[in-house]
Amino acid sequence: MYIRKLLMKHTLQQVLNRHKLSRNKSMKTFDKNKWKSVVGLEIHAQISSESKLFSAAGTKFDAVVNSQVALFDAAIPGTLPSINEKCVEAAILTALVLGCNINKVSSFDRKHYFYADMPAGYQITQQFHPLAENGQLTFHVIDENINKVPYSKTSLIKQVQLEQDSGRTIHDDSTKTSLIDLNRAGTGLMELVFEPDLCNGLEASALVKELLLIFERIKTCSGRMEEGALRVDANVSITDSDQLGTRTEIKNLGSIRAVQLAVDYEIFRQLNLVKEEKEVVNETRGWDSVTNKTVSMRDKEVLQDYRFMPEPNLLPLNLNMFDINKLQTKIPELPTVTRNNIMSKYGFNIRKTTTLMNEPVLLSMFFEIMNYDTFRNPSRVWNVLTIEFMTELNKRSIEPKRSEIPSSIIGEIVDLLDNKLVNLVHARKVIAKIFDEKNKSPSQIVEENNWQQISDVEEIDKLCKEIMLEYPKAVKDYRRGKLQAKQFLINHIAKKTNDRANLALVSKKLEEFLNNY
Amino acid sequence: MISVLKKRLRDRTLSAVDLYAKTLSDIENKSDLNAFVHVTRDGDQRAVESHKRLQDGTQRPLEGIPIAVKDNFCTKGVPTTCASKMLQNFVPVYDATVVERLKAAGAIIIGKTNLDEFAMGSGTVDSIFGPTKNVWRSKPNQWHIAGGSSGGSCVAVASGMCVAALGSDTGGSIRNPASYCGVVGYKPSYGLLSRHGLIPLVNSMDVPGIAAKTVEDVVTVLSVLIGPDANDSTCVDTNLDTNSFQTNFLIDKCRIGIPEEYNCEGLSNEVKETWDYIANLINDSKGAVQKVSMPHTSVSIATYSVLNACEVASNMSRYTGLFYGYRSTDDHKSFESLISTSRMEALGEVVRSRILSGNFFLLRSNYEKYFMQSLKVRRLISDDFKNLWKSNYDFLVTPTTLSTAPLLSEFKSLDNRTQCATQDYCTQPANMTGCPAITIPVKLSSNKMPISIQIMASNFDDIRLLQFANWLEKKLQFSQDYL
Repeated sequence: MYIRKLLMKHTLQQVLNRHKLSRNKSMKTFDKNKWKSVVGLEIHAQISSESKLFSAAGTKFDAVVNSQVALFDAAIPGTLPSINEKCVEAAILTALVLGCNINKVSSFDRKHYFYADMPAGYQITQQFHPLAENGQLTFHVIDENINKVPYSKTSLIKQVQLEQDSGRTIHDDSTKTSLIDLNRAGTGLMELVFEPDLCNGLEASALVKELLLIFERIKTCSGRMEEGALRVDANVSITDSDQLGTRTEIKNLGSIRAVQLAVDYEIFRQLNLVKEEKEVVNETRGWDSVTNKTVSMRDKEVLQDYRFMPEPNLLPLNLNMFDINKLQTKIPELPTVTRNNIMSKYGFNIRKTTTLMNEPVLLSMFFEIMNYDTFRNPSRVWNVLTIEFMTELNKRSIEPKRSEIPSSIIGEIVDLLDNKLVNLVHARKVIAKIFDEKNKSPSQIVEENNWQQISDVEEIDKLCKEIMLEYPKAVKDYRRGKLQAKQFLINHIAKKTNDRANLALVSKKLEEFLNNY
Repeated sequence: MISVLKKRLRDRTLSAVDLYAKTLSDIENKSDLNAFVHVTRDGDQRAVESHKRLQDGTQRPLEGIPIAVKDNFCTKGVPTTCASKMLQNFVPVYDATVVERLKAAGAIIIGKTNLDEFAMGSGTVDSIFGPTKNVWRSKPNQWHIAGGSSGGSCVAVASGMCVAALGSDTGGSIRNPASYCGVVGYKPSYGLLSRHGLIPLVNSMDVPGIAAKTVEDVVTVLSVLIGPDANDSTCVDTNLDTNSFQTNFLIDKCRIGIPEEYNCEGLSNEVKETWDYIANLINDSKGAVQKVSMPHTSVSIATYSVLNACEVASNMSRYTGLFYGYRSTDDHKSFESLISTSRMEALGEVVRSRILSGNFFLLRSNYEKYFMQSLKVRRLISDDFKNLWKSNYDFLVTPTTLSTAPLLSEFKSLDNRTQCATQDYCTQPANMTGCPAITIPVKLSSNKMPISIQIMASNFDDIRLLQFANWLEKKLQFSQDYL
């Protein structure tokens, strides 16, 4: 993937080569390494609040269509907005966590455009005086490829603003009609505007992951991307100079994967345009997750003039009415702190730590398991949780937060392994069973299925002797120096005992017997 | 007068049921004035309830009093049209706060009154229901306009169909028709009364207003409407006590300014003379009258026009016909063509031209030049007022309108912009600064049409303004008998 190469070279190239590509440059002289990509995110996070930003209507996600709609949300004439203090508090808390300067006074503006699912013909947002400015978010960028060294990156936040969400339009092609659901219309959004200081899809997705972890802690947004509770717009441009190139905006990316793929695709597309001596057009694009391409939305929006105007029905938002110090004390332990604690206490590297933290349910199970018995082996707990347990969850297509398996069960499995009462092969079988036989303990499952590991010295002795008698040729081969014959014997013992034999002991004992003749 | 009606209802020389019936027949008999666009027929039950309450002594402040409401206030279950084809079939499911409070005080809402489309006008001429006629000197084929945009409400009061009516005032919409119709028209301080349910024209200037025969009636109605409202963030808790209206008012303790910039081009001699007459009258009563200067008055109307258009453009964006209101029945290729056709077919030319200019002013390239500039000038205009209040002036006395009510034919010879630019000259500065203002009739002109005077006071000094108006009213003894 050339994009990764690009990333590595990108700062160096910037310094080394100021040479600009002229427009009539031939293809042969196009050197993609001279180009760097610039990515900036705008993230819309729905505020977890009982009611909407300016009305008393509820915000339930899966409610019956048009059942969470106050008169104001349907832009019924004569209705006026009243600000929801809980939404303001959520935004302040979020801004504090992101290290922003909170503006004591901010104000609301109308942004005009006609959309069927935006009944007033304008959105109330904070264009001119946002709630907070100048923050930052630091996150770790970890490639799936374990050979790439993880690094940490900081993206600057330009502003955090409050605004209304729109409704939804559902197009029914069969009847050629559009149906409008206003349940989402007017729900509070926090728009986080980041500076264009990222380089690629991986960094963009890492930023979003970290933000989700923060929301998981501070609970101001559910972070449920599948429900549209967090949506990402990515501005992408490429340049071979100090100045930013023409950017495109990819709208409404609804998953971490989409963020990564769409940004990388868009960089690829723009590089190809330049290579073909074409211009990048400033436009809005969408992500097609079927073809894995960004597509032009052919939307007049780019040319649209939003005719911003201060919202006359709302007073400026004066934060002196809020106890910011008290909100500050509400900030729980943030992911960075947890991450550092895990790394120092359990000796995990950043990659292992991140894997664990990316699934908050696994993380809390990890802590429960470790806190219940501090002598448990953390690496083994990590392995069982993030590999064995996750594999089974994936097999069953169960989201970790819906697994309903108590951490004590996993803890017991860890103990069975620690105490060598089962081996990994059978531990996996136990994990597969606990989903279906929820009333049974792992030990019970092991017992009933006769999956105990054979670690009894006499029994191992016996097994080894038997197998040596059974395969005299292998024994001979080994003794003549063909050492892999030992593995052949081990495999047969494993097979003979239905994988129950403690193979570490078997190996040791066999070696003893084979070498002492 | 409300106090007289209340007394008669209380001592049972009049029953609420009869009063309601009489009101309905009165409205019917005077239907040629075209004051009402919708008469509510469901008042019977409420009249019966009022009757019972009056009988058993549980009457509320406005028990059984018939009151009319301008058709830009939402009324639950009663069509609210803004005199526009766009909202011709719009029936709100809620009551505007001021309507709700009237009802809670026992008033009987008798109907909805005519206005210029979406209150954009100063004649009550641009209405899908046709123009409203002034009661003064009206002949079937040649009659004077009512003024506007709350012309229907003022005619309803002037003609005696009801004792009080709700109107709205954005640039003079209650004071202008009140002045033409010879009744009292009161524009409260911005933020004193809730706008929830008032279909907006210019949010930053709109206020619900009251038209009545006397200042005292205005106060009676105001007393049930006042108070903060959770549904309107700009409606503030002022702790104004309408009872203090009854306290002694001493004119010799007052300082009154006569802003010379209101002596503008186009001000008729008779109005100017009336203005001087009032100044002298106050002076003779030991009130300190002094000429003052409000240097930015002449640019106020232009500034008002820009701000008005901008908010109109924004507020009118919701009228797409998708969720309520008029929807074109043509076949439409796109969402855009559906809404543009619906808006084209259902919004009048005046409305559409304001939307167009407002959108022009708000374009990114024009925003600084027009909108921001207007906001700055608005501040200067507002400062003109504040400087006077700071210099211990209590009231300003100015003309309300430049002339008496013109004939329909005279009025129609001008376009809407010129109509408003002339007629709103003296009234819209109060909306720019948000101060309270009231107009009261003074005398009749040579052609027997009412001439009125406007008084303004500092923001939230409404009660003293009403006291002063009441004092002047008593002095003037204007006869509202138009026949």
